Order: sequence, then C-alpha cells, then structure tokens
Amino acid sequence: MFKKVIRFYADGFRNMTWGRRLWGIILIKLFIMFAILRLLFFPDILKQQFDNDEERSNHVLEQLINP
Amino acid sequence: MFDSIDISLVDWSRGQFALTAMFHWLFVPLTIGLSFIVAFMHSIYVKSGDEAWKKITKFWMKLFGINFAIGVSTGIILEFEFGTNWSNYSWFVGDIFGAPLAIEGILAFFMESTFVAIMFFGWNKVSKRFHLASSWLTAFGASLSALWILVANAWMQHPVGTLFNPDTARNEMINFWDVIFSEMAVNKFLHTVTSGFLLASVFVIGVSAWFLLHKREVLFAGRSTVVASVFGVIAGVATIFTGDASARIVAREQPIKFAAMEALYEGQSHAPLVAIGAMKSDTSQESYTRENFIFKIEIPNALSYMVFLTPNGFVPGIGDLVYGNREQGIMAYEEKIERGAVAIQTLKELKRARERDDEVTYQALREKFHDPEWLDTYYRYFGYGYYQNREIGELVPNVKMSFYAFHIMVILGIHFLILSGLALWLSLKNRWGRHKWLLWVAIMTIPLPWIASEAGWVVTEMGRQPWVVYELLPTLSAVTRLHPGAVQVTFWIFLATFTALFIAEIKIIVTQIKKGPGGQ
Repeated sequence: MFKKVIRFYADGFRNMTWGRRLWGIILIKLFIMFAILRLLFFPDILKQQFDNDEERSNHVLEQLINP
Repeated sequence: MFDSIDISLVDWSRGQFALTAMFHWLFVPLTIGLSFIVAFMHSIYVKSGDEAWKKITKFWMKLFGINFAIGVSTGIILEFEFGTNWSNYSWFVGDIFGAPLAIEGILAFFMESTFVAIMFFGWNKVSKRFHLASSWLTAFGASLSALWILVANAWMQHPVGTLFNPDTARNEMINFWDVIFSEMAVNKFLHTVTSGFLLASVFVIGVSAWFLLHKREVLFAGRSTVVASVFGVIAGVATIFTGDASARIVAREQPIKFAAMEALYEGQSHAPLVAIGAMKSDTSQESYTRENFIFKIEIPNALSYMVFLTPNGFVPGIGDLVYGNREQGIMAYEEKIERGAVAIQTLKELKRARERDDEVTYQALREKFHDPEWLDTYYRYFGYGYYQNREIGELVPNVKMSFYAFHIMVILGIHFLILSGLALWLSLKNRWGRHKWLLWVAIMTIPLPWIASEAGWVVTEMGRQPWVVYELLPTLSAVTRLHPGAVQVTFWIFLATFTALFIAEIKIIVTQIKKGPGGQ
C-alpha cells in the first residue's frame, strides 16, 4: 500500500509536462521563506527572549500596563 | 502613554503585514472559487462521459493548480510576522488563534493537499468516482481552510466566547461554539466564499471570452462560459445578500467603521446612502461633524433601511460616536477612555499586589476580571485607556480610505453580477460570442475582482483601526518594539520576492492560456 502511494506520487510528478518550471519556483519560494526569512529575519521574539510562559506573561503584562 | 513608541515602527509593521496579507489574498479567492467550478465541470464529465468535458476540466484544473502551487504557504509568512512583529498581540490572543489554526493545519490543509494530488495525478489511475470525489474534497478543503482563518479574524473584529486572564495576559476560550458560530464569523465566511466564487466565475468568463474573440476552442469556451456564468449569477446574488447582512453587523458592532464606510459625519434618521461621491482632499481630522463631499449622489433613506430595515432608524455619524449623543444613548469616546484607563489601572494594581504577595488585594482585584458587570462597564473599553492624553482623532479610522474602498467593492460587485447575468443570458440564446465589445469587456474585467476583493479587506482592516482586537488591544500596544530599520529591510525583501512571484505566476498562467486546452 505504502509503495503504491509513493509510486502514485512519483509517477505523477514524473509525467507532469507543464509543471517543471512551476516546481522550480515553488522550491525557490520555500527556500526563501524557510531557510532565509524564517531563520534570519523572523525569530519568535517571546520564545527567543524568555525561557518559560511565566516570564513571557510577565513581559507582555508589563507592556500592557506600562506601554 | 505611548510616547516611547516610534510611530514609524507601527506604520512599517502594519505596511509589512498588509503587503503580505494582500499578496496572499491574490491566490486565495481564486483557489476557493475555481476549485468548485472545476469540481462541477468534472462532475459533468463523469456523468456524461463526454471527452470534451474532460478537456475542459483538465484545462481549468491546470490553471487552478498553478494558482494553488504558487499561492500555497504564502500565508505562513503571516504567522512568522505574528511571532516577530506582533508578539504582544500573539500572546494576548494566543489561545483563541491556537485552536482554529491548529484545526486548519490538521484537518483542512492535509485534506486539501492529499486530495489535490489525487485530483491532478489520478486521471486513469484511480476510479472515476474516487477521482471526482477528490476534486470535490479539494474544493471543500479549500473553503474549510478559509473558515478557520476567518473565524480567527472575526474574533479580532468582535471578541466573543473568551475571558481575559489577568495573570497570564491571555484571552482564554470559554465557549468554542460562540467563537465559531458568532454572527460575525458565519457572515464573514459566507461573504468571503461567495465572493471567491464570483471572482473565479469572472476569471473563467474573461479567459473564455479571449478564446471566443480569437475564434479558438469555441465549444470549450462556450461551455466554460455557461458553467461560470451560472456560478457567477448565483454567487453574485449570494454576495449581495451576505454583504448586506455584513453591513448590518458592522453597523451594530463597529459603528465607527460603518460611518467611515459611508463618510457619515453627522448621524441622522432617514439617512441616505451615498451611491457615488468624491470627498474633499483637504479634510482636517480635527472635526468629525462636517460635510465633507465635493459631490455625491444619494439614495434617500437607504442607509437607515440597510441597517434597521426601516427608514426611521437613526444611523450614528462619526461626530456622534466621537463626541457622544445622549439623546441616542451613545457614549462619548472621552468616557470610554476613562473607563479603559480604570481597567488598565486595575490590571496594574493586580500585578503589583501579586508581586508583593498581597493575597487579599490580589484576590479582590482578580474577582473583578470575572464579574460580568465590571467587565461590561470597564474591561470592555480596555483598549481606549491607552488613548489618555493622546489625540482623539487617532481613534477614528481613515475615512477616505474606508469610503472609497467600500464603494469600489460594491460598484465592481454589481458590475460582475451584471456581466455574469449577460454572459448567461446571451450564452443560452447562443449569442454571447457575437458581441465583440462584450467579449472585450469580459477580458478587461479579469483583474477587477481582485481589486474588489482586496478593497473589501481594506474596508475590514483599515476600517477597524486603531484596533487589532476590537476595543481591547490597539495596534500601538500589539506591536513588538523592534528597530524600524529591521522591519523596513523585510518589507523590501517581501516586496521584491512577491513581485517576482507575481510576475512568474502571470507569465505561467498566460502561457498556459495561450496554449489552450488542446496544448495539454
């Protein structure tokens, strides 16, 4: 069953006559999004700066009451 | 209170989010609408066994695939931005967004992605019925994906079914069904989906018109037009009804947005609806009670009727909402600001009491955040508290932007309905392809549904400013204190990437259209 599913997808991609350029664009897009933007420019600030939820709560509360 | 915030940071963060969301939205409505049109065409093929319908289905499926593939996961960038640029907001709403987005990820996205593959690769490999079922499940999956995002957005517009936890600074869901089935959420979903159908219908009618104009693939183009125009007429009528219901909800829950959509400065009963108008360019934001049009064409009583289903209803203007109107029982913003400040001060005292282990004060203050009367009197206006000692005009959305975006959306929507109706009527009389000028109108109309759809979101999102979570969390306090330069860098990276992707999609789609259904 698993092999059949893999073969189904592999055949599908192999026989795509119009999608090669499209797949190239998609892969470049995903690379830019996840390898460049996510890693270099978009850290999860609260996770990066605080160790646990209590610290995160405290930080946001401080921002809300002392903007 | 916000003296320390660099306003350019807020503007750049908003600009970046708007750019990403609007780019993402270029793909979504076509995916939603075209998936159903393709599934319908596929059904006709399976039922009739007519190879011409197979060719038609495969062609539109291909265009759907290009749009889906380039658009897929562009929405994930928005989630990156939540964590980086809007961390206070993400924390504040986390529990509310968590559930709908998790359901979307697990159910809708996997359902959609699995069946998309079977839909594309399944020709002659799986049974006809299973293949057809995959087309329909892809279509339902696309709408289901949209549902959860729209539920989350509706909650931001009208927070219900939740309780603020003053210890964690998070909103916690107390009733899942109130969130899912809030009137705002249901209507938003229906209006978005039906307008997506309308957008896809206009796209199919326009592309088919190009083939008819060039006298190519006439059978394909004619049949496609009939299917799309039926969808277009039904979706057009449904979009008007859901839009009308939406206006009523907005008038009730977000009256300042409604007043801005109509540029209604002075409230009145028997309020007319501005059908077309041009606003003065030198509007000062100091007063919200003055006439502000160069010219306008009005429909008498229509605005009152739209909101209250009677011409006698009083529709509040921007001035009534900002300065209050005792006669109509409308509270002034000054009072809301005072009440909001009390709520913020209570939260501050609660935190300090907890820090110094003053259990009695802490418990007494905490009780307030569970007392329905206190919540309704003070916490409901929490966000207004941030505007003490600030310009009151900051609480008014951009009136011109809201007015023009709303009217562009409505006028274009009517145009799409008329076009779909004409295409259906003339197709049934076998005369659609004979009027060259009409074919040209259909072709020129192709980009317009995207303008209408984006304009709809401009009304929704600009019209609710300054709130991220309506009346609770203003944009100013939702943003992460980053260096504005860092946000600018990603803004320009996005602009360049999105422009390249957009050009690539247009090129690939145009190439495939030119090849036609014969060039599979």
